[in-house]
Amino acid sequence: METTGSANVSVPCWVMFFRSRAPVLIPVRMSCLLSFKLSVFSTVLLLLCTRFVCCNNGRRVGDALDAEFSGFSVPLEHSFEVDDVAKFRVRGALVLKAGREPSVSLSQNQLSEEDRTKLKEVAAVDGLYRIRVPRVFLQADRQTERQMEGYLTAFVRACAMVESHLSDVIALHTDVSGYLIGVSIVTFPGACRGTEVEDEVDLEVFNTTLSIMAPVNAPGPETALFLERMEQELERKGKNPQEQKSFFAKYWMYIVPLVLFLMMSGAQDQSGGGAGGGAANGGGR
Amino acid sequence: MACCSFSVSSKAIKVNIYQSLVGQVDPKETPMRQQYVGKVRFAHFDMHVQSSKKVLVATEKNVFASLNTRTGEVYWRHVDKTGPEGNIDALLMHGQDAVLVVGNGRLLRSWDINIGGLNWEIVLDSGSFQSACFVGQQDSVKYVAVLKKSAVSLHYLSNGHQKWVENLPERYVIHRYQAVYSGGNGEVYTLGVVPHSHITIVAYSVEDGEIIKQISVDAPWLSNIQASCAVVGQGMLICADPATVSLYMLDLNVQSQMTQIPLQSLGLEVSPGFQPTVVSTQPNPARPPHSEFFVQLGPDHYQLLQLNNGQIVALRDFKPAMLVSFATTGEKTVAAVMAPKNKTVSYFEDTHSFLSRACSLNLFSAESGRRLLDTTLIFNMDPNGGKPEKLYVQAFLKKDDSVGYRVMVQTEDHTLTFIQQPGRVMWTREEALSDVVTMEMVDLPLTGTQAELEGEFGKKADGLLSMVLKRLSSQLILLQAWIAHLWKLFYDARKPRSQVKNDVTIENLSRDEFNLQKMMVMVTASGKLFGIDSKTGTILWRHYLDNIPSNAAFKLMVQRTTAHFPHPPQCTLLIKDKDTGLATLHVFNPIFGRKSHITPPALPQPILQSLLLPLMDQDYAKVLLLVDDQYKVSAFPSTKNVLQQLQEMASSIFFYLVDSSQGRLSGYRLRTDLSTEMIWEVIIPTEVQRIVSVKGKRPNEHVHSQGRVMGDRSVLYKYLNPNLLAVVTESTDLHQERSFVGILLIDGVTGRIIHEAVQRKARGPVHLVHSENWVVYEYWSTKSRRNEFSVLELYEGMELYNSTVFSSLDRPHPPQVLQQSYIFPSSISTLEATLTEKGITSRHLLVGLPSGAILSLPKMFLDPRRPEIVSEQSREENLIPYSPEMPIRTEWFINYNQTVSRVRGIYTAPSGLESTCLVVAYGLDIYQTRVYPSKQFDVLKDDYDYMLISSVLFALFFATMISKRLAEVKLLNRAWR
Repeated sequence: METTGSANVSVPCWVMFFRSRAPVLIPVRMSCLLSFKLSVFSTVLLLLCTRFVCCNNGRRVGDALDAEFSGFSVPLEHSFEVDDVAKFRVRGALVLKAGREPSVSLSQNQLSEEDRTKLKEVAAVDGLYRIRVPRVFLQADRQTERQMEGYLTAFVRACAMVESHLSDVIALHTDVSGYLIGVSIVTFPGACRGTEVEDEVDLEVFNTTLSIMAPVNAPGPETALFLERMEQELERKGKNPQEQKSFFAKYWMYIVPLVLFLMMSGAQDQSGGGAGGGAANGGGR
Repeated sequence: MACCSFSVSSKAIKVNIYQSLVGQVDPKETPMRQQYVGKVRFAHFDMHVQSSKKVLVATEKNVFASLNTRTGEVYWRHVDKTGPEGNIDALLMHGQDAVLVVGNGRLLRSWDINIGGLNWEIVLDSGSFQSACFVGQQDSVKYVAVLKKSAVSLHYLSNGHQKWVENLPERYVIHRYQAVYSGGNGEVYTLGVVPHSHITIVAYSVEDGEIIKQISVDAPWLSNIQASCAVVGQGMLICADPATVSLYMLDLNVQSQMTQIPLQSLGLEVSPGFQPTVVSTQPNPARPPHSEFFVQLGPDHYQLLQLNNGQIVALRDFKPAMLVSFATTGEKTVAAVMAPKNKTVSYFEDTHSFLSRACSLNLFSAESGRRLLDTTLIFNMDPNGGKPEKLYVQAFLKKDDSVGYRVMVQTEDHTLTFIQQPGRVMWTREEALSDVVTMEMVDLPLTGTQAELEGEFGKKADGLLSMVLKRLSSQLILLQAWIAHLWKLFYDARKPRSQVKNDVTIENLSRDEFNLQKMMVMVTASGKLFGIDSKTGTILWRHYLDNIPSNAAFKLMVQRTTAHFPHPPQCTLLIKDKDTGLATLHVFNPIFGRKSHITPPALPQPILQSLLLPLMDQDYAKVLLLVDDQYKVSAFPSTKNVLQQLQEMASSIFFYLVDSSQGRLSGYRLRTDLSTEMIWEVIIPTEVQRIVSVKGKRPNEHVHSQGRVMGDRSVLYKYLNPNLLAVVTESTDLHQERSFVGILLIDGVTGRIIHEAVQRKARGPVHLVHSENWVVYEYWSTKSRRNEFSVLELYEGMELYNSTVFSSLDRPHPPQVLQQSYIFPSSISTLEATLTEKGITSRHLLVGLPSGAILSLPKMFLDPRRPEIVSEQSREENLIPYSPEMPIRTEWFINYNQTVSRVRGIYTAPSGLESTCLVVAYGLDIYQTRVYPSKQFDVLKDDYDYMLISSVLFALFFATMISKRLAEVKLLNRAWR
């Protein structure tokens, strides 16, 4: 379950300056065989900042676009209300790409002024920040078959969301055949310590790490390796002539006299007649 | 010859070693085992010897057994396959042979009832079983006839060989042959019916199976022969018809019409809405049945009738009468009638109960209907039991040629009671215990003196002086008790050990020093609850809950333990109807079995989930939350104090629901107004896989060490999430290449999927144990066709995220998951882990095997860190090198030769000793023992040499004293010098 790929961050330097206060992307350890790429496009003049967080299978940056085109998009919705009655609104769009190793990328808007204050309010009353994604079937060919009824939901405490400066880790889980079965969200750091957060700078953009996970194959009993090892050991023993000796070869000097002795005593018995044999049998018991 | 004798002696040595080993493992305690047979379906007394002490029973648990009528013990027992394959359809007894039809007419078996050996067994032709009877000729019984749906066959009683088989003539599609009868005149009759049309009777010759005659008689009112007809006298079929309130009579020997005899003409009346039944008796299969028979006219109304020259004569009316039975000894046939003792008591239609709890039995002559003198027997019904259901009578001739009898009464709670005149209960067997559903072990209360002392702290302070007085008085009581104890020790020491016997009764129950003896509270499928002393297996209390639905699910919870002295301990049983979801609560005291005076809340809505919170009310009862189908939560107890606590805690109370039919797992959070809100949802599509089981950890489990020390002295910390759920799924596709078993680890609070794995080419049934930081499961590998164990362990890594407190909401790093699998050379019935007080002792897995053995498998063998290649570090860590096969070592069996049939569950409980874990295995049998996973490290051995140790200590002490003195003298001398 250790991460095998590397976190591939390609950001134009002028954007780096723009988001210098945002926390550094934390390498995700749980993702299986996926590497991450972050590409940030922003237009300073329009004061609109959109970021794509995408994961694919270690392709080059240019391929990311292809993945988006062949994939399909589902909304990622979130809800945070002071009265804790869920009202889901669109947070971004998840672009899912089916295949042998499914990949996912996310494009999301930044939080509006209104949302920022609301999130802080919700955090103050220890409310929940919920997300949901619709149930989808990744391996279906047609769009109509992909969408299924119902949603998968998850939550974090709103205060954790605020205090982590909107750095969250979202994981989508699929089952063996490619149905999306669950979604989870955690924040880094996860605790609520009641630290003060400046909403203008810290609560504007989501810093999301995203992954999609299929079940791992549980190992069966490792018989092949074990047998191999046994054979190796046998070979090692074979090289050592001392241990190769059979039981008889080792102890012939004891066995031969014993056998001789038994044969001799047997011959005596036969010549000794019935009485002697009876006594011998009695003695054997 | 010499060689042979040698092998014999080596066997003897082996046996000796084994026995001494047994002695070593269990020096002080004898394990308790009780054998059961299940609810009795057929019972026959062994009549072929006058002084026989056997009763043969065939049960609904597919068990055929012989019981000792003097003691109730099992002579021998044959346990067949479970389910319809081993179902016992019929039991016929003749002489010392018992003939059984097994598995819906699949097998015909004959057993020797003396030793329980199989005489013969034959496989019958296919076809569903209808009826079976003996066929006799000239006063000897030679054959057994078996009626199947489309054929009738005759078999020799001596060897089971088939004499002949004949297909039944079938004119109509809906023709059903239901009964077979033989009156010993060389003919076998099969009785069939076309419902609401006519009866067909076919007579076969015993010799060659040739059809002698075939009769068809109109009977538009009849639908089921077995339910409403019986053959009486010289081949007279008598049927009862509730619609016209009359009896119908048909002579099998003469083709004729059915004669209708209105019951009114006999002066009889049927209770409205009651289906009358006919009860006849045929004591000897080689002769026709008796001409006397009973007709049941109402739930508590029987009439004895006689067939006399084709005329029915009323002999005697029995009302009220609960049960009747015929019995024959020698040439005498009697009728036993059970009636409520108090004549004025009436039967209540609505509750189906008799007010009186005592019944009297009387014998009546079958021929005349006269009551026999001195044959009254009083049966006192257990107030905590059910009402009588069946009556089995064993009649015998006394020396003066009068008839004596004993009866075996079967009650609704599956209890067998054997009674002798005039009402002495010889034994009772609680067969409900063959079907234990769930159980708990509860600490016994403290002795009176201990409780007194405890109570002192429990009460509220009321002044200094009174407190001092109270303290003095309680210490005086303690002193008194101690002296009494010493005196008893002294007194007992003089007696030989075997005579010192402590009978356990409910009065002298008290906790022992190490809390090894506990009360086992067992819930059975029949709805009867038991309190059993774990040491001796004595049933200390029983309580029958009537009107339990047949498909009920039970959940037993200990709301208050014995630790809060002035308050009695309290258990709550949640009984839920699986179909409707409606539930009831039964609150009781687990030590005495009495129903609590606390009235549980009425639950009008179906219940989805129940959870026992660690919160307590002011009386130290844990709070039970029940979630109904409107997702509303009700608390029990629901005092103001509790509601206030709940309001404060609401935001941190989470619970989960599982809907396996939709594959939905969802999490909810409690709100302050006791409503709930859904916070997470995971949906596993049912098209691919279905949820088989969801298991959390046991709430009373303690984990002593937070991590494991590795070979290089660093620490690998365990991921100890108390909210973790292990979800097992099985694929819907059962093809052996595509089937799989899925394992999901989900946090029950956040719904976060911690780990998701599939075991490919595997199939259930999956047995799973979830404890500490590991999950062990067992499955069937379809690829390799074998059982395999797999273990998952979760670790946080080399450092803890937050070492002080665990919160599911704040644990962002996913744990590392390690997994390894092993081959297990046997299938298993059940799986459980040992549990100890503080969790210091190493863990073992208790594996119930189908062979009846219970294996105590060290967890050390199921460790995913077992290395493939041995290194210095793994040796330092004491890891066993990996080998794919899990051994079964015979010394790991904890029940030696005391096999437990059909183990269904194993319950483990900690004792007061850290080294000791109490184990109860239940199935058809109940077995209780203790296990010591890390040996008895906290107990001194029996051969501990107190004398040597104390003498060495004293010697050292004196040596120090003397040498000190000598040193002083020497110093003084030196100073003088």
